[in-house]
Amino acid sequence: MMEIMEGSHAVANAVRMCRPQVIAAYPITPQTHIVEALAEMVADCRLDAEYITVESEFSALSACLGASAAGSRVYSATTSQGLALMFEVCFNTAGLRLPVVMSIVNRALGAPLSIWNDQQDSIALRDSGWLQFYAEDNQEATDLHYVAYRVAEDRRVLLPAFVCFDGYILSHTYEPVEMLTEEQVDRYLPKYRPVHRLDSADPISIGLFASPDYYTEFRYQIDQAVKGSMQVIREAGRQFGEMFGRDYASPVEEYRMDDADCAIVAMGSICGTAKDAIDEMRKEGRKAGLLRIRTFRPFPAEEVRKALSGVSSVAVLDKNISLGSKGAVALEVRDALYGSGVPVLDYIIALGGRDVAKKDIKSVVDMAAAGKGDLFYGLREEVLR
Amino acid sequence: MTGEQCSLFESGHRACGGCAAALAARTILDAAGRDTIVVSATGCMEVFSTPYPETAWNVPWIHSLFENNSAVASGISAALKKQGRKEKVIAIGGDGASFDIGMLCLSGAFERGHDFVYICYDNEAYMNTGIQRSGATPYDASTTTSPAGKCSTGNPRPKKDLPAILAAHGAPYVATATVAYLPDLKKKIRKALDTEGPCYVQVHAPCCTGWGFESEKTIAIARLAVETGLFVSYEMENGQVTRVKKVVRKPVEEYLKEQRRFRHLFRPQRNDAEIAKIQAIADRNAEKFAIDIVLKK
Amino acid sequence: MALGLGCSSRPGTSRANRTGSWRTFRPVFLHDKCTKCGLCVSVCPEGCVVADSEGIPEPDYDYCKGCGLCAEECPAGAIEMQKEEK
Ligand SMILES: Cc1ncc(C[n+]2csc(CCOP(=O)(O)OP(=O)(O)O)c2C)c(N)n1
Ligand code: SF4
Ligand code: SF4
Ligand code: SF4
Ligand SMILES: [Mg+2]
Repeated sequence: MMEIMEGSHAVANAVRMCRPQVIAAYPITPQTHIVEALAEMVADCRLDAEYITVESEFSALSACLGASAAGSRVYSATTSQGLALMFEVCFNTAGLRLPVVMSIVNRALGAPLSIWNDQQDSIALRDSGWLQFYAEDNQEATDLHYVAYRVAEDRRVLLPAFVCFDGYILSHTYEPVEMLTEEQVDRYLPKYRPVHRLDSADPISIGLFASPDYYTEFRYQIDQAVKGSMQVIREAGRQFGEMFGRDYASPVEEYRMDDADCAIVAMGSICGTAKDAIDEMRKEGRKAGLLRIRTFRPFPAEEVRKALSGVSSVAVLDKNISLGSKGAVALEVRDALYGSGVPVLDYIIALGGRDVAKKDIKSVVDMAAAGKGDLFYGLREEVLR
Repeated sequence: MTGEQCSLFESGHRACGGCAAALAARTILDAAGRDTIVVSATGCMEVFSTPYPETAWNVPWIHSLFENNSAVASGISAALKKQGRKEKVIAIGGDGASFDIGMLCLSGAFERGHDFVYICYDNEAYMNTGIQRSGATPYDASTTTSPAGKCSTGNPRPKKDLPAILAAHGAPYVATATVAYLPDLKKKIRKALDTEGPCYVQVHAPCCTGWGFESEKTIAIARLAVETGLFVSYEMENGQVTRVKKVVRKPVEEYLKEQRRFRHLFRPQRNDAEIAKIQAIADRNAEKFAIDIVLKK
Repeated sequence: MALGLGCSSRPGTSRANRTGSWRTFRPVFLHDKCTKCGLCVSVCPEGCVVADSEGIPEPDYDYCKGCGLCAEECPAGAIEMQKEEK
């Protein structure tokens, strides 16, 4: 059924239907509406979960880690400073192979303090072993939670996952969303059956320390699991499409890429604006296309290479910056295209909530055509003086 | 004496010979039994008991980080509740994990009232990283970050009163114990496990390597700490001190002179002023907890 | 073979590590002096002193580190530390 809902509420509803047994979260703008909605559901007995009102994000994820290790499906949500506070626990959760699912309502990281959107927060955790999905709109933001649980808990994967969607732009926006029913979710998402769990009937030890003789092999195994999850994502995404009509089999979406000359590469809600801009450019006879990355971890290098190999320029819109280097998406895309000769230009854009309009997308395409890139887009004049 | 032939804390661990933390681990599990899930913080006990692929634990055990064992335990406790499981949850950490870096998680978990027991094995410094001071290091102890020197007499601050802090959270049961009295330690662990809600047991655990004494003296030193009044063994129920171990007090010097970490108080010359300050700490403890047995002639 | 998921391991595997090799002194239990009080069993940090059905304690030298704690604490003076012959 189509319903017009705020993004946060749509996500909270999706989470409810995933039936987490333990929720631990700490409020932070713009994630608050999700955790408030979940608290209300628990208070009204619409969701049968233990809701732990932790004293910090650090404890939120630590509690989720513990509950997951004890064999429960768990959920948390955070953003920005909260995610930064979880940094150490993030690496640990992945290393312990616990399939925690967490919503990241993307927001800029201070300093300077900003509550507005970009993707620096989750990007900063790209090396942590968490799967990372980025939603373009609220429909996808809800759907990806079902997919994320299914993939994360799959025995071939057993890794935690971020479902990322842009703060305010999606979280606080009312859009029509088709919500699944509980029965549908139950059919799609099997009960969590842990492989390794804390249980006195089988008292294993989890999280031993590794000497140099073993550490590399542990990291190798985690890397293999992250890479191997791509196949599981394809399966889970395809099945979602077969059951509910919205197909997430591919880690990327190609928009008017068939005969594209200049390809924009981006993640998240900015892709909506990019698509509109492309439509207008097409009318003007300019062959622009979009490659939207939905799964950033594992990185779909193969799909990226395939989609971009024929174009004459690639313009990456990076809502993050690896200070002193480039945007993270551009670095990955360049790596994927290594040796192909296709030029990849990077545009650091829409940081800290700066609005992006169709005209900005067009001007990025113009710059790319002129070979001008690897820059912060639309800087205030005064900093250039 | 047939008892449990198969200990829940297995031999083969890599603690220094005579390690009180190892003795504490074994004793705690003896008291707790099989249906216990243990969450360890990073530190000596975690490291000496679990070098992959070997673990000394025969109960379900997890290590996540240095400072989050009580938060992990909160999550486990919540999960068990939801699953209708009956196992007990114990979080164990050193004094560094408990007094210092893990305070936030510990305070949060106690305030929320999870049903679990937190045990701090207190060896009064960060031993695993090479004997640096912690909030539990006693006044004047020389550590690698509070070294005694020409213008220092060692650690400048007295020990933080963590039991009182946790009692102030409304913990139903808070106790201190020591490896000097193992049956008492077991009793307190049992009591903590049998009390609903967050309970705290702080176990004084002398470290021969960090404090500087011979390995066979571990228990003797622990006993002296009690007998001098520098460590008080007591129980608090709902914020009230309900039981205290009384002693015929010895001068603190008898405890101090046995340990390298206090050697600067005696050599090259005796520092009477500093020894008197430590005696005053013991005297205050004695008064506060009324530990003195008054001998009648 | 894959390593333990989440750096996990089967319980009690530390027994593979025979810490008896660390020993420089060896506790020798003098059974004629022993009162079977059981203290040595409870104070051993290795948990390697086991009493037989008669209550007579014996250390497992595979694991005994020779720390001397049992000898120090034995109220009957029934444990003697002797230099280990290597
Ligand atoms: C966040 C973090 N900071 C620092 C460390 C380094 N570290 C590991 S163990 C430890 C000290 C542990 O001290 P304590 O809790 O008293 O246990 P002990 O080793 O004395 O038994 C430190 C500082 C760490 N592992 N993690
Ligand atoms: S350093 Fe101290 S606490 Fe650590 S293993 Fe050795 S004796 Fe035990
Ligand atoms: S402590 Fe001494 S007396 Fe007691 S059982 Fe052991 S050897 Fe015998
Ligand atoms: S010497 Fe130490 S390790 Fe050996 S049996 Fe005695 S207490 Fe145990
Ligand atoms: Mg310590």
